[in-house]
Amino acid sequence: MNLFDIVGPVMVGPSSSHTAGAVKIGYVSRKLMAQPIVKAQILLYGSFLATGKGHGTQLAIVAGLLGMKTDDPKIPESFRLAKEAGMEVIFGEAKLKEAHPNSAQLILTGRDGRELEIVGESIGGSRINIASIDGLSANFSGDYPTLIVHNLDQPGHVAEVTSMLSHKSINIATMQLYRAGRGGHAVMVIECDQEIPQESVKWLAHLEGVEKVTYYSLEER
Amino acid sequence: MSFSYLKEIEDIAKEQNIPFWRVIIEDDMKERNVSFEESFETMRGMYRAMKEADAAYDASLRSASGLVGGDGAKLEVFRQKKNRLIGDFLTEVMEKAVKMSESNACMKRIVAAPTAGSCGVIPAVLLTYEKQREALEDRLVEALFVAAGIGEVIAASASIAGAEGGCQAEIGSASAMAAGAIAYLEGGKEEEIVHAAALALKNMLGLTCDPVAGLVEVPCVKRNVSGAVNAIVSSQMAIAGIRSAILPDEVIDSMRRIGKLLPTCLRETGQEGLAITPTAMEVVRRLKEDA
Repeated sequence: MNLFDIVGPVMVGPSSSHTAGAVKIGYVSRKLMAQPIVKAQILLYGSFLATGKGHGTQLAIVAGLLGMKTDDPKIPESFRLAKEAGMEVIFGEAKLKEAHPNSAQLILTGRDGRELEIVGESIGGSRINIASIDGLSANFSGDYPTLIVHNLDQPGHVAEVTSMLSHKSINIATMQLYRAGRGGHAVMVIECDQEIPQESVKWLAHLEGVEKVTYYSLEER
Repeated sequence: MSFSYLKEIEDIAKEQNIPFWRVIIEDDMKERNVSFEESFETMRGMYRAMKEADAAYDASLRSASGLVGGDGAKLEVFRQKKNRLIGDFLTEVMEKAVKMSESNACMKRIVAAPTAGSCGVIPAVLLTYEKQREALEDRLVEALFVAAGIGEVIAASASIAGAEGGCQAEIGSASAMAAGAIAYLEGGKEEEIVHAAALALKNMLGLTCDPVAGLVEVPCVKRNVSGAVNAIVSSQMAIAGIRSAILPDEVIDSMRRIGKLLPTCLRETGQEGLAITPTAMEVVRRLKEDA
């Protein structure tokens, strides 16, 4: 926590966890999609489901999916703006197991048909945790440029990714590895201190054994 | 390394013979690796955002439950009345506190200080001070550093989240932060600042978080007014030379222990207190029907 978590952030009310955190979950998801979203299924869980309506949680997530930040005064108008932007929005109840009480599951379809499933948690203040992407654990905050690589559980993939980062002089802040089972699907989540060039992200996606590469940039793109 | 005790800030200020706020800003410069100007201007940005939020108040708005909205305008009218019992300063503080909290409940832009639910306390006091005492903006920004430093200590040693510590952690913290800020503006040194904060916080100990329908509306909005007024009263006691009999850091530690002892049903879960009154249950029923 820094000084401006105590006085700040500037945000649209009423709740840092149920409104500002919800905007951030939508915003990070939109960035991960890296293209306009045409369809968003928004499934709420726990306290988000129980008190979300009064806190504007649904408006907030939609606002984030449209690319708004937590202090955007247009957040209350997000449903209308989504319609204008051609984004279909469907709400429902999330069936999650042992999730954080403030969780949202987003099932998104991009303009070119790309699909992405994200579970985001609002963990207090306006801080969030992206708990999973496409059913695999992720656990990152959205405070750093973050690279998410889905690959087959084979030797060498971590080395490929980290040597690329090393070539580009990018420092790794945190790194996590998960796998569904030996030799099955695996995922690495790498938070970096610098932005990764787009061509390097694309290069990774073409490697054999790499199934999907998702990149969260802090820059406006 | 941010501070866990008010005493640490007090000691550094005394040793180096620099003002309280200066200790806080220097810590932020180290912590985030920024220059004095960057840190000061970021805080000025927060202060200006408070000002803009105050100016943007819209009395026609109503909150999700329909229970909150329009009271700021009532106090505005009240402020014009002659022969009011209370003076101009307190009346305007009350008005600004309600307005900011109503704006928050109605999805307008505010500055969480320290939380969204307690966002009315600090701006109510500082904005009124700037206007009525014709103070320079830089002084108000310095006062905001004082408030932030006190808040940082409370966050580190106790809590600023209602779900963890009840309302004493939210409005109580905001009130302590605001009390220290005014003590500074009124010429108080380290000792007056920390005792103003302690006196304010003591008055808020044990306060529960039992909001209607789990929303940041009732009793939060009007409690911002009490928090702001309590901050002024406490700061004036400190400036008059009154000291908290219990040391400031001990008061904060008491708040932490009390927060832990509060049952979950009184910590932002909407399961007890005001939240289960017949009136509140009616609101819950109505919100469900609308859903």
